[in-house]
Amino acid sequence: MSGINKSFSGVKALHDAEFTVRAGEIHALLGANGAGKSTLMKILSGAYEADEGSVRIEGRELALRSPADAKEAGIHCVYQEVDTSLVAQLSVAENIFLDRLATAKHRAWVKWGHLYEEAEKLIADLGLSVPVRKKAADLTLAEKQMVLIARVMANEAKVVVFDEPTAPLSIEETEQLFRIMDKLKSSGIGLVFISHRLHEVFQICDRATVMRDGRMILTEPTSAIDTSDIIQAMLGRSLDDEYPKREVPIGEVVLSAKDLALGSRVRGVDLEVRRGEIVAVVGLVGAGKTELSRLLFGADKADRGTVTIAGRRANLKAPASAVDSGIVLVPEERRKEGILVGESVLHNLSVPILGKLSSWGFLSGTREKDNAAGVIGKLGIKTSSSNQLTGFLSGGNQQKVAIGKWLNTNADVFVLDEPTKGVDIGAKRDIFSIIGELAEQGKGILYLTCEFTEALGLADRILVMCDGRIVKQFLRGDATQENLLYYASAGQEELA
Amino acid sequence: MNKLMQFTYKYGALIFIGAVILFFSLYSQYFFTYNNLTDILRSISIVTFVALGVTISLTVDGFDLSVGSTVSLSTVVTATMMVWFEMPLIVVIIVPLVVGALVGLINSFLIVKIRIPDMLATLAVMYIISGVHKTYTKGYAVYNNMPMSDGSTAPGAFYEKFLWIGQGKLLGVPFPVILMLIAVIATHLFFKNTRWGRQMIMTGGNEEAARLSGLKVKRVRTYAYIASGVMAAIGGIIFAARVGSGQVDAGSPLLMEAVASVFVGYSVLGAGRPNVIGTFFGAVLIGVLVNGLTMLHAQYYVNDIVKGGVLVLALAVTFMNSHRKKTS
Repeated sequence: MSGINKSFSGVKALHDAEFTVRAGEIHALLGANGAGKSTLMKILSGAYEADEGSVRIEGRELALRSPADAKEAGIHCVYQEVDTSLVAQLSVAENIFLDRLATAKHRAWVKWGHLYEEAEKLIADLGLSVPVRKKAADLTLAEKQMVLIARVMANEAKVVVFDEPTAPLSIEETEQLFRIMDKLKSSGIGLVFISHRLHEVFQICDRATVMRDGRMILTEPTSAIDTSDIIQAMLGRSLDDEYPKREVPIGEVVLSAKDLALGSRVRGVDLEVRRGEIVAVVGLVGAGKTELSRLLFGADKADRGTVTIAGRRANLKAPASAVDSGIVLVPEERRKEGILVGESVLHNLSVPILGKLSSWGFLSGTREKDNAAGVIGKLGIKTSSSNQLTGFLSGGNQQKVAIGKWLNTNADVFVLDEPTKGVDIGAKRDIFSIIGELAEQGKGILYLTCEFTEALGLADRILVMCDGRIVKQFLRGDATQENLLYYASAGQEELA
Repeated sequence: MNKLMQFTYKYGALIFIGAVILFFSLYSQYFFTYNNLTDILRSISIVTFVALGVTISLTVDGFDLSVGSTVSLSTVVTATMMVWFEMPLIVVIIVPLVVGALVGLINSFLIVKIRIPDMLATLAVMYIISGVHKTYTKGYAVYNNMPMSDGSTAPGAFYEKFLWIGQGKLLGVPFPVILMLIAVIATHLFFKNTRWGRQMIMTGGNEEAARLSGLKVKRVRTYAYIASGVMAAIGGIIFAARVGSGQVDAGSPLLMEAVASVFVGYSVLGAGRPNVIGTFFGAVLIGVLVNGLTMLHAQYYVNDIVKGGVLVLALAVTFMNSHRKKTS
């Protein structure tokens, strides 16, 4: 791709962008949110048309007017949101051969036996084990991703773009994905890898390109650079301290859960969080962290167990009563659960405190605006105005809105579930310092994450969760990435 | 091109209404007179109430198909309160309102508690209510001193005071028009300025996100369906007062007309979502068209073609735009 320019309503998103992928290489494309990565990739995949510039594949200039053109040319994408690309009601095999089944090129009659056989072969070639007759809806997230990769293979791709494929995966699943990517690479396909996790970039990528503000800042072989080079290129400044940990006096117990359980997902969890304390719950994907956070917030009803907040038994019938009891949740699925993407920042920030912002049921415009302006200023939310639709903000700023709406609720306990998922490094740091500030105000923080480094950097105490149970507790400084992983993946044997 | 599209999206509907009014005014000198204009407003007053109900249910991302039947039921209940039971005026008005609220409660029970999809639940309720109101009157219209099935004559007749609701004038303005304007303004302020209205908008925007923000979304949706039922009931009361009898199936044509008004309203000022002001202008546009076409001596059966055409036009502008928003 060379000389690519693209503007959106007058704002220049890409500035003479250049990007090359060689056959048989994995090329990392890096940059903070809003740097222009996705725009560039959307032009590559035909979702957007470039204003200027050219895309060539094997020396041939392409006219990419639609995603179909790009697929025709052998350019494929595996997006982060796997569900949008799969048809939930169809089988794995049908999903793999979707493009073929859907286009007229195929004969009208589908040979099912043949189809399943071919699908099985493809899956086996990739070293996977996904039953091809299973419905896509019944697959795990990682399996869905594998199906998408198999589909790409079925379509004889030349270039495959992976857009943050590892964000929702567990460590084993990530390893498996990397093995597959290596396989694709050795078969001569050019891979583009977009990720916020820099260590992964060094693990599997041959070259890395860093973008900032729509321009290419750096393109180097990964062997010639290190993490700080990349961060400096991404931010335009060096990042001295990724985890600004504050010293906060720790007070009395503010959240205590006893024997909390839900089916086989959460099997009797006891935990305590004190005022000013940041407690991290780490675990692999599927360990039950999200389920636990939802139980604590009344989003799902627990089979048994009690929760006490600030000395009083919490009513967890519904999120509304949980908020009244003094516990709030920043959920994992930001765009679906954390914020209302179709509403303004102002409205989002008002939702939990509509009662406070109104008298006799009538909302006070000034109080609403003051509230929004206060939160926007305090958290450094970057938005053109408080009337901007929240869906148009970057991921990090959306997350700040999801946290910010709770600031004026007088909650005692903040539960945050993977709050840095899909958030760029700059915004991540902001979120860490917001969490630090909340702790400083004497809130209890429960931080659920599968990013072990975040837990190590941020938490006063780390609880390791595995298979629905808390299997181990570490105090700050006692844990290492290795022993966290050990307990998170093999916790049960250790107990027995 | 882009700018033109933006402009069309935002002001297209209002300009279209203006153009239609201009066209009819030029065609007939009678059209743009005070009498005719108030006539148009009076003709749309009932459907506007129904459309407000539909707007409320759509705001919480629901859909209420039962409003037409609720109008019918409310009309005959109102009529029988006077003709059969000779109740005091206050009871004549309150009973149908309660009945409307009950229909809304049944809808929300099916949708919120039993979790039947809104369209299907209200479709079923639409049939049931339609059957109930005919069973109640044994299929006959209710009118002054009607013969009863036991051979006697019904004791009562429509009250003068009641008929004034549908036929009277206040300061030269038909009373139903005044009621309609009050309802439109009140509902608009409700959504714009009250916490309950905001809760409905948020719930409709994304129910799960609203719930996880601490809203009692089930309660909010229940209230929305009740409000929808009450709005339809008010439409039924005015209907009875307007025609001076309790016609069977009075409300069924109103459902589609109301839905059309609401969706035409999506395109007013580029809202792209249910909104009260849009709904009102949608109803006005349809009223103007019907009135004007009648003046052009178009046959009544042509009206539906024109209404449908306008609806398609409005939907096209709205959805082309929302699609563009998504892709760019």
